[in-house]
Amino acid sequence: MTDKYDAIVVGGGHNGLICSALLAKAGKSVLLLEANGQVGGAAVTREFADGFTVSACAHLLYQLQPSVRKDLKLKPKLAADDMATIALAEDGNHVRIEGPSVDGVSAEDAKSYREFHKRMARFAKLLNTFLNKTPPRLGTKNFEDLAALARLGFDVRRLGRHNMQEFLRLIGMNIHDEVTERFENPLLKGAVCLDAVLGTHLGPRSPNTIMTYLYRLAGDFGRIASPSGGMGSVSEELAHIAREAGVTIRTGMPVKRIIVDNGRVVGVETSGGDRFDSYTVVSNADPKSTLLDLVGARHMEARFTHRVHHLRSRGNAAKLHLALDGLPDIAELSKRDFAARLVIAPDEHYVERAFNPAKYGESSPEPVVELTFPSVSDDTLAPAGKHVMSAVVQYAPYGRKGGWTDAARAEFEAATIRVIERYAPDIAKRITASELLTPLDIEEQFHITGGHWHHGELTLDQFFFVRPVCGAAQYRMPVDGLYLCGAGAHPGGGVSGAAGRNAARAILKREKTA
Amino acid sequence: MKTYDAVVVGAGHNGLTTAAFLAKAGLDVVCVEKNEYIGGAAVSRELYKDWMYSNCSYVCSLLRPEIYRSLELHKHGLQVTPYGGSLQFLQNGDYFGSYHDAEAAYRERARFSRHDADSYERYSADTMRQCRFIRDTLLRTPPDPTSFKRKDIKELLAIGSKFMEMGEDRMYETIRFWTMSVAEYLDEYFETDAIKTAFSGSGIIGTALGVHSPGTAYVLLHHYMGEVDGNAGTWGVARGGMGAVSKSIAGAFQAYGGELRTESGVDKIMVRNGKTTGVALEDGTEINARVVVSAMDVKRTFLKCMDRSDLPAEFHKRVENFKIRGSSGKVNIALDGMPTFPALPKGSVLYRSDMHFIDSMERMERAYDEWKAGTWSKDPYIDCVIPTTTDPTMTPPGKHFMSCFVQYCPHQIDGRAWTSDEKAAFGRTVIDQIANYSPDFKNLILHYEVRTPQDIEAEIGITEGNIFHGELTMDQLLFNRPVPGYAQYRTPVGGLYMCGSSTHPGGGVMAAPGANAAREILADLKRPNTVPENFGDD
Amino acid sequence: MSASEVFQGQIRSPFYERMAALDTKSTWHTWKGYTTPDALYCGETEYFAVRNATGVFDITPMTKYRIKGRDSLAYINRLVTRDMEKIKPGRVAYAVWCDDQGQVLDDGTIFHLREGEYRLCSQERHFDWLMTNAIGFDVSVTEETAEVAGLAVQGPTSYSVLKNMGIKGLDELKLFGLMHVDFEGAELMVSRTGFTGDLGYELWIQPDKATALWDALFAAGKLYGIRAIGAHALEMARVEAGYLAPGPDFLPAKATVRTGRTRSPLELGLEWLVDFSKPNFNGRRALAEEKRKGSTWRLVKLDIAGNKIAHSSYIFDDASASKKNIGFITSAEWSPVCKQNVALGSVRTPHGKVGSTVWVEIYYQREMHWSRAMAKATVVDKPFWLPPRRSATPPGPY
Repeated sequence: MTDKYDAIVVGGGHNGLICSALLAKAGKSVLLLEANGQVGGAAVTREFADGFTVSACAHLLYQLQPSVRKDLKLKPKLAADDMATIALAEDGNHVRIEGPSVDGVSAEDAKSYREFHKRMARFAKLLNTFLNKTPPRLGTKNFEDLAALARLGFDVRRLGRHNMQEFLRLIGMNIHDEVTERFENPLLKGAVCLDAVLGTHLGPRSPNTIMTYLYRLAGDFGRIASPSGGMGSVSEELAHIAREAGVTIRTGMPVKRIIVDNGRVVGVETSGGDRFDSYTVVSNADPKSTLLDLVGARHMEARFTHRVHHLRSRGNAAKLHLALDGLPDIAELSKRDFAARLVIAPDEHYVERAFNPAKYGESSPEPVVELTFPSVSDDTLAPAGKHVMSAVVQYAPYGRKGGWTDAARAEFEAATIRVIERYAPDIAKRITASELLTPLDIEEQFHITGGHWHHGELTLDQFFFVRPVCGAAQYRMPVDGLYLCGAGAHPGGGVSGAAGRNAARAILKREKTA
Repeated sequence: MKTYDAVVVGAGHNGLTTAAFLAKAGLDVVCVEKNEYIGGAAVSRELYKDWMYSNCSYVCSLLRPEIYRSLELHKHGLQVTPYGGSLQFLQNGDYFGSYHDAEAAYRERARFSRHDADSYERYSADTMRQCRFIRDTLLRTPPDPTSFKRKDIKELLAIGSKFMEMGEDRMYETIRFWTMSVAEYLDEYFETDAIKTAFSGSGIIGTALGVHSPGTAYVLLHHYMGEVDGNAGTWGVARGGMGAVSKSIAGAFQAYGGELRTESGVDKIMVRNGKTTGVALEDGTEINARVVVSAMDVKRTFLKCMDRSDLPAEFHKRVENFKIRGSSGKVNIALDGMPTFPALPKGSVLYRSDMHFIDSMERMERAYDEWKAGTWSKDPYIDCVIPTTTDPTMTPPGKHFMSCFVQYCPHQIDGRAWTSDEKAAFGRTVIDQIANYSPDFKNLILHYEVRTPQDIEAEIGITEGNIFHGELTMDQLLFNRPVPGYAQYRTPVGGLYMCGSSTHPGGGVMAAPGANAAREILADLKRPNTVPENFGDD
Repeated sequence: MSASEVFQGQIRSPFYERMAALDTKSTWHTWKGYTTPDALYCGETEYFAVRNATGVFDITPMTKYRIKGRDSLAYINRLVTRDMEKIKPGRVAYAVWCDDQGQVLDDGTIFHLREGEYRLCSQERHFDWLMTNAIGFDVSVTEETAEVAGLAVQGPTSYSVLKNMGIKGLDELKLFGLMHVDFEGAELMVSRTGFTGDLGYELWIQPDKATALWDALFAAGKLYGIRAIGAHALEMARVEAGYLAPGPDFLPAKATVRTGRTRSPLELGLEWLVDFSKPNFNGRRALAEEKRKGSTWRLVKLDIAGNKIAHSSYIFDDASASKKNIGFITSAEWSPVCKQNVALGSVRTPHGKVGSTVWVEIYYQREMHWSRAMAKATVVDKPFWLPPRRSATPPGPY
């Protein structure tokens, strides 16, 4: 049996959901196929131990595009909003960052941070306008591309001379130099560096980390929230919106291949052998698996294939979930503070040292950690009196030398616990169950090549004009009818929705002109 | 008291170049130098009897031929002779050579990988394309993208149209090239670790970054865009050592009537009412001049030789934040004879090449990790040249001079000064690494000199002893170099100019900053331009 | 580990000893690392051997790759612009391949040796590109340049020479056909291919049988005017036949630095090799776009007035004072057999339509002094030299 749709979306991650909902709202008949039993991709809530549930991958909401919220009337229910970031100190002299203000540092640092935050927010705002655009093509004489380029230039110029100079200087720079020039307090420096490198294969000294920092800031400008019921609730809400708009969502339907006939896409085939027809297939999967596995090299030209093949997507961020029989003791941390986002990055050198082994395919003996205890503000996640810890731990390189054997996993988990113990000495005693997801697990469970947060490294050589690869930055792939709507497309990952929204716009526009 | 048209501070090759072009235009120019010898870091010194040491810079390729020709440097004793190839010793007893002869080089690569043997052609064309793009900017003043001045917009459009000319696909490749790491760039061409390592060195020389750091692919250009007589990418040695470069420019300068004063270190650049009036020397002498040109790096110029109150606060801050990092040291060695390298076949042309003793990208990157941790690399990247195999005039017959450029070597150890023990240990690290591949090497050493960035700073004056007068990262290139808004050789102080390698296009004994500065100064003074244009399309 | 260094000189092909024995001129040059003669006795004489008898040219330096595996056809079909499905085992295809921008990387011949097994033979090296193309295909690509010695046996008596050598089955071997025969216990591949535009064959054998093959061939050819030839003679024949050479007539795109200096197959007059009915091949999108928008360049075959060879000449639209430069000559020869002044050139569209007239500015030297001539030239369609015997099957004993 074959059904014919205006569009088929492969993969029900948040971008796939957003894209399909927007297509449906424009009157298209849309089928969304999700491999897993639930939609959401890496934005899901799962039970990892009896009675303990957690946001399985992404766990904090800080980048969701206002444009997406508006277009879809999306209003995620939040268990915690405007979360503070607390950079943990072993001696309890923590540094607390909330928006532009910092507590626990010298007056100069606080002032300096305020200025820094203001400037970064300004640049993030500029960056955010880029994130919501389809990158224009370069070198064409096409009016639309030229106009878009002129507009980009205009947007940058509008910063004013001084800020423009600063923007052009900073965009390629590393975060390490910026924080050492500005701040004294090691915890503050460490926390800012951590934010710049989370989800990347970069260390604070790597040029490009200002860009990744700005990227993180774009969207919600540093406002961090934790959705009620975990990140899966955002996906559920998106799925609801999509269904309301008329999208047919089918879960447990892994797509085996995207069918290409005579140079154009004609539908998809699932591993169950079902075939669905459409002249438009939109992939929420990462570019490598979409193009190399689902479509296949023979339908693409060779240099393009080579570029996709060389796309870098080496994930380094692991997730560690702990079921705890109670909150651990952390010096000078109140119960309320446990609702904040806690980070372990005692200084910028520590972060850099954690990164070093990742370059050689080794995991950090002393990792950096972003910790949350979501059950503190959301009692649906754990049995009464008990708690869940959800942590992003770096660096756990996808291509670990010797592989992610059980011993390697145990070693990395132990290293992480040891680091957390420095701040929460009783943590080990409180653990009743744990789950470690290495990038390899993330690849297997969420079908993301390399288990990479952004489906592809977020560096300037894979950004904007050249994301995911040269000649394919406009969501349209060089196989007629094939589009990309996931994090691998411009602008990148995080629960932002920009890629899905931009892709939907590009598809609808293409239809109009075609 | 006499007032000069211009005083140039520092008789390095850039200072001399500016001075020469100004003098050529008929200006009354004096060039002052703190040391008793001229040349800055382009210098030959007899540090051991009858041995000439190129003890800072040691090879020559980037020196712009336009400048060479225009200043008639051959008449002042300069001769640059190309030398052959490069060489990598491998830990397994083998070696990898890059031969000057294309077919021999092909066969050598094929010994490791047929793929790499062949992909070199694509690598070479792609890299050369980037070289051509940047080479065109070398003798041009970078436009200010924030300015609305006609000249800037025109120049910006010129670069833009040059970029557009590349065509869509190559424009994207250019964006990637400028932002990616040399390791990742090489991954797109080669599969053999030793071959990638051989090419990666050029991406980090003089740079406080590792082969995996984004932005290092660009640094390749600073080693590929050179030439010797139109042979792109070729490196040569200056007959008599690198001092011959400075000496010849100084010769030209003096032939145009310029005045050279050594042992005249500048204590202060004098400013009155926002305009410079000249310089005060360390011995108290004042030299009055309408124009002051500093060939010193920007930090030394503005932070050490000027009053803070003479500069806008924002500018001062930006100069403070300008990154000049000591990342490389030197070990210069007088040898009693030619060392043997058992891995190399007897009589191989590779004895005349650039030698390296590191064979994997991981070793390259780990060398950088040690620098990040505040110490020198225990397994360093050494760029070792024996110029006397090409230019026998530097030593007595049969004897040799060996120049080892060593990376990484920090300006300070853990944020404090080097001790003499540490310096000696650094020297031993280098000698031991070479001795691993040459059993008779140690016995041939007659004398050697170890130079940490700290020593280079103390002697030559370059902040942190950085060979480029400032990192070649994107935030410090073109219109950002050295400071956004001041990339056109002018400073916030009237009559004060910069002409050193801290300015566009950076260091590497190109003399381009010096020439560009002279052009801007002559334009401001409404004098006829004496600075040549790019030859173009080469 | 390496007691000896990679060879620093020019490689000698297995036929070197035999060629050197015949050499009277000592003028050799390097061809992809091999040493190859400009001429052994006299370029003109050798040229006439090709056109009147049989000329033998050592083509061992041609780059050769073996392509096999389950996906070999799909792989090659994506690689080249023409439809390879039509090239059955035992057939050879002249083909051209492009990068994604539709710019020519090279041309060459693809031998369908056996079902699913191919040899690609070209002037330039392409291992990098072939491996890039292999991503996602079940194929193996191996270089076999040094493992296969080759001889081009070209000219009107070549059929008789080979027949006399005892090779069976030549009567049925059509143009662009190949067959395998036994030669002293080794497999000899005979293909009816060549670079001279005349009746001719190419012989392919393992290197250790190369000398024996040469000897057998020359013994058999003694009565048929067989002669070893150098690159000079081949070049004259090549231009007469209107064949393109990478280097002079187009630049392999992968090694071209400047934008706009490469050519598409459409610009090289090779549109007949581009099969747009194939859904995908490298360069298809760009070429379809070019076809829609029009090409920038056109390759022209020129019949030039007079007898002054138009080496490195500019081409103009007319001879008046307001003449416009429209292109340049890429290859030029005096054709002894046609008594024509022939050339290949690259001109900007819309100039250079077949039958149109252009003007060529020729500089020539006579006893030290240089002169300049504006010569009228006609753009022709067909090769200058295309004798019926080239494709006659069975070939005659001319």
